[in-house]
Amino acid sequence: MKNRTFFWFILPSLITMLLFIALPIVSVFVQSLHIEHEAVLTEVENCGPFGCTQELQINVEETQKLKDERPLGQFNGFGTYTNRNHLAFAEISQAWQSREGIGDFFSQALNLPFYRALAFTLAYTFVVTPLVLILGFLIALGVNSLPKRIKGPTIFISLLPMIVTPLIGSLILFWMIDAQGVLGATLQNLFDDPSLSLKASPTLTWIMLMVYGVWHSAPFAFIVFYAGLQTVPADTMEAAMIDGASRWERTRYVVLPHLMPLTVFITLIQLMDNFRVFEPIVGFSAQASATSLSWIIFNDLAGSEGQFFGSAGATSVLTILGVGILLIPVLIRTWRDFNRKVV
Amino acid sequence: MSAIAHRRSPALNVIIWGFVLLWIVAAGFPFLWTLWGSFKVQSDFFSKADWTNALYGVRTQIETGGSFTGKGYFGAWVTNEFWVAALNTGIVVVSVVVISLTLGTLGGYALARSGKKYAFYLLMLALVFRAMPHITLVSGYLLPFFEWNLWGHLPTAIIVMVAINQPFTLWMLHSFFLNIPKDLDESAMVDGCTRFQAFRHVIVPVMWPGVITTGLFSFLLAYNDFTVTATLLSQANQTMVPKIASFLGTTQTEGNVMFAVAAVVSATAPLFVLVLFFQRQIVSGLTAGAVKG
Repeated sequence: MKNRTFFWFILPSLITMLLFIALPIVSVFVQSLHIEHEAVLTEVENCGPFGCTQELQINVEETQKLKDERPLGQFNGFGTYTNRNHLAFAEISQAWQSREGIGDFFSQALNLPFYRALAFTLAYTFVVTPLVLILGFLIALGVNSLPKRIKGPTIFISLLPMIVTPLIGSLILFWMIDAQGVLGATLQNLFDDPSLSLKASPTLTWIMLMVYGVWHSAPFAFIVFYAGLQTVPADTMEAAMIDGASRWERTRYVVLPHLMPLTVFITLIQLMDNFRVFEPIVGFSAQASATSLSWIIFNDLAGSEGQFFGSAGATSVLTILGVGILLIPVLIRTWRDFNRKVV
Repeated sequence: MSAIAHRRSPALNVIIWGFVLLWIVAAGFPFLWTLWGSFKVQSDFFSKADWTNALYGVRTQIETGGSFTGKGYFGAWVTNEFWVAALNTGIVVVSVVVISLTLGTLGGYALARSGKKYAFYLLMLALVFRAMPHITLVSGYLLPFFEWNLWGHLPTAIIVMVAINQPFTLWMLHSFFLNIPKDLDESAMVDGCTRFQAFRHVIVPVMWPGVITTGLFSFLLAYNDFTVTATLLSQANQTMVPKIASFLGTTQTEGNVMFAVAAVVSATAPLFVLVLFFQRQIVSGLTAGAVKG
């Protein structure tokens, strides 16, 4: 295809992506270097029956004027990045110096909002992704050995957790595990502990969110693996059987290697999607025990105390860096594959 | 191959059936339960005393006189004007699907036919864009949108979602166009068509299966979105998902949780219908990207 034609075909799509994906990344970075204006204070003389005093008052008019003139706020350099709500260098180094053992240091660091969110985001990503792969694979094996007639309906039901809106899916589960919901109440009866609440304990909340994550994403892995199982070469399978390979050995040495490329694909998609975990935290109202990077950005933008663009910007830039680190292995791999193809 | 070689031991059969059954219950039961419960009153759906109350609707009978009640639905759709949100969702979803498919088919076609190195770079760039958490992008929009008075309107959310959707649409359509033989449009060009005419008269008639599949996924993205719609739309223009989220914040009082339950069931129903009719396309779409790498 000629370069010119290519250009005109891709142009509309490229414009939207540049305007609404590339530019915002730049804009986020610029925002992160700025911070809200401080309120303009003026000295007012306050005269009462007992004489006059000088008082500092917030000049609402002037503050508003300043905001209108420079909505971005004042320049702050990398100040936002290092403050308590983000990388918290000062707090971290203090915690390191005053530590009483490594566990104490970590527990202090995990009290800082950014590290708390980072810890949950990473834990969620690296727990949910492998579990999704395993569960998806097992379901695919199971469904594949069902009689043909019930495969269709089984796949239909299996798709539901994935297709449903994440916020809605987490709400549905949340209502069920509520202390008065069907699962929550049953668990209380089972353990004979009326104070048992999945919402109250941080550990249980983490587990609950991860269970939701696996429930939500397993169908995706299942469908991809299931499609892969249909293309397992029959010849190799037969050869393995003739050689006396057991069912387990066939799965391990024929099926699994065949599905390897699919595993890479699912892992890539899952890493990207799990790293931005956000809706379940809103749905489960879990912010007291678990926050994610996406959630703290959202809280800066739509929280009850107003909007902090600088703070949201800084967290966003750090999140984007995190995504970059996650993607590097994949990009290098694809790059090598491509160059090999060309040569 | 003989069936004997495939015969399984009874123990293995039991394990397989048990496992699949367990998964089916885990996947399907929550929806069934919520659908059933949405026709009960709150003290049945959240019944501390006995979970079977939710099955038989004991309190529902006492409070309303029947074992089913449509109160939750009435409260959500009429009292809280959920229908406005549903209408907004309809507008947003249809626009997003139509626009992103139009842009995506043009772009995807070009990427599939180019063969140049920069086409590959663009695809890689799209992959990186695909990985961006949506909320980081949204935090870049908010301030400019406030300044230019673009915030809160449906078209703003639509174009933003089209853009966020583009990387995925491009990848998917690109791999579908790779499957359409090159000879088709090239022979049209030999006969004197321009590239665009070849696209219009030869490719467009045969591209619909791929476009429909991609459209389904654009639909799901727009329909399921919470991040963009919750932050970029004003209260009056809210779509269903942020509306449900706001139900939760304001309605902890007796009875009102059922509004949210009813709204949740209402918002899930279209997705059920979608899977029912397009199961094959969804499955093929999920695997298309994977099988071709």
